[in-house]
Amino acid sequence: MKITKEISLGDVAARAEELRGENMTLNMGPSHPATHGVLRLSLELDGDKVVKCDPVIGYLHRGDEKIAENMTYNQFVPYTDRLDYLAPLANNVAYAIAVEKLANLKLPARAEAIRVLCCEMARVSSHLLGLGVYAMDTGAWTVFMYTFNEREKLYSLFEELTGARFTTSYTRIGGVTRDLPEGWLAKVSAFCDGVERTIDEVDKLLTRNGIFLERTEGIAPISKELALAYGLTGPNLRASGVPFDLRKDKPYSGYEQYEFDVPVGTKGDCFDRYLVRMEELRQSVRIIRQVVKTMPGGLWYADDAKKIFLPPKAKVLTKMEELIQNFMLVTEGPQIPAGEVYFEAENPKGALGFYVVSNGGGVPYRLRIRGPSFVSLSILPAIVPGNFLTDIASILGSLDFVMGECDR
Amino acid sequence: MESTVLTQRFPALKLLASTDMATFEVPTTDLLAVVQFLRDQEGFDLLADLCGIDWPERQPRFGVVIHLLNTQKAQYVRLHVPAVNDSVPSIAALHPGANWHEREAYDMFGIQFAGHPDPRRILMWDSYPYHPLRKEFPLAGIEVPLPAADVAEVTGQGVEPAPMMGGPFVSDGGKMSEGEPSGRDQSWTEKHPKR
Repeated sequence: MKITKEISLGDVAARAEELRGENMTLNMGPSHPATHGVLRLSLELDGDKVVKCDPVIGYLHRGDEKIAENMTYNQFVPYTDRLDYLAPLANNVAYAIAVEKLANLKLPARAEAIRVLCCEMARVSSHLLGLGVYAMDTGAWTVFMYTFNEREKLYSLFEELTGARFTTSYTRIGGVTRDLPEGWLAKVSAFCDGVERTIDEVDKLLTRNGIFLERTEGIAPISKELALAYGLTGPNLRASGVPFDLRKDKPYSGYEQYEFDVPVGTKGDCFDRYLVRMEELRQSVRIIRQVVKTMPGGLWYADDAKKIFLPPKAKVLTKMEELIQNFMLVTEGPQIPAGEVYFEAENPKGALGFYVVSNGGGVPYRLRIRGPSFVSLSILPAIVPGNFLTDIASILGSLDFVMGECDR
Repeated sequence: MESTVLTQRFPALKLLASTDMATFEVPTTDLLAVVQFLRDQEGFDLLADLCGIDWPERQPRFGVVIHLLNTQKAQYVRLHVPAVNDSVPSIAALHPGANWHEREAYDMFGIQFAGHPDPRRILMWDSYPYHPLRKEFPLAGIEVPLPAADVAEVTGQGVEPAPMMGGPFVSDGGKMSEGEPSGRDQSWTEKHPKR
């Protein structure tokens, strides 16, 4: 005997209340490949739909702000490496500029140009990784290989410049640790040629890729108003249609000399955030080329800042005055006048802000770090509910956050 | 924005000297009105940052520092809000982004935010008893029982020791050249371990 049972969709719809099950609570993370670090999302699910999303953070909290109050300004530079550890050079620069603003210090043109170069290379490195893992989270595994390949070359350049591939600690208050190595700029130029080809390849792999479009287009749109209300910055804000870029609107370190465009999205969905980052990569390469071309000569530190920047080693070993200066700086730290300053730099993840309060002397009274990733994650409870569980990978990938900076 | 616009409208505001941006001291009673005025009339549409600060010798001791950004004019404004009775009104209703910042200020300093929609700790765990960014809190931390009682039962350790000896190069606020740059807690060394 054959038993058939007909289920009509109309019936199911009518019985929706009766068929509704209990909501399920699911912890995504703290150790989950799509959370890019130790982020835990406490989710409430109705079937496959997310009803409520409560991010739980703090797993990577080191107390950086407390540590900063207990050491001299230069000793804190290595800690800035570990904020957004995918773009340590950009963090070094943002921190140094904030303290220099407090000291009212003007840097020579070469120091500023080197810093711009560092920031943009850090941006390329961060976006390459960001796009690679974003693509991987949405199922396009190959892209990751392409972008990681380029990132390795970039890290070799960082190694030659700073002595470290990852934790660069390159800036000091009042300049950078050392000048550019000989022949390094030519290698940067060669890298630019290579990375442009890679960007084109990634573009071909992803931008018209049906699967990638399905997984990102129209997912979790963030309106202009919502983005501003939550204080999003950087690519995430611009993807929502706000043309605000600190490099353009509040230039620092000589960014006003270079030509570049600020890409802006229209819908603010996951796909727009991808497009904005892609274009930012190209613009960063454009800036790098200009800096390489126009790299000014001169010193890479503020020579007149005797109480802030260490004197050259050769002089320390031969001259009395420089020896004393060196000793005082190492033991007591750079002497920064009393006051307060808030400075935000356009970092790859958004605006990295430092609020420094000084009572004078070599140790900050209070150092507040405003991490863009912290802010980007705070919008999750507003945009994740209503999406499917599988969309969370796209949403997290598109927001491009890093927990080192979120938890500090 | 002219700084007089704000001081004329809100006479209780005090203009403070600052080198980088317009800075005001705002009494807690005016805070919500000021932030709303800045957002709706003056275009300060983005909350850049909100953080706490501890001044042990001042009265009131704690303060909240708010940085607002005008994305049209690329202009910042800073508001200092002294926390009367350790409490400040929450601005999360005006800037939803303030929600997490205020939770962090509560977590780190113990400042209460009146009317906050979700007043929980954010970086430390919920049962953590201290506010670590207060000036009297030691850098090396204070040992507290592990939050997970079941884990403590299995491992036999109720407390996880801090993985450093009195912290890195510690300054007590005085001249660092007058002391050796080393761990401050001399009672706890490699030869004489803690406990």
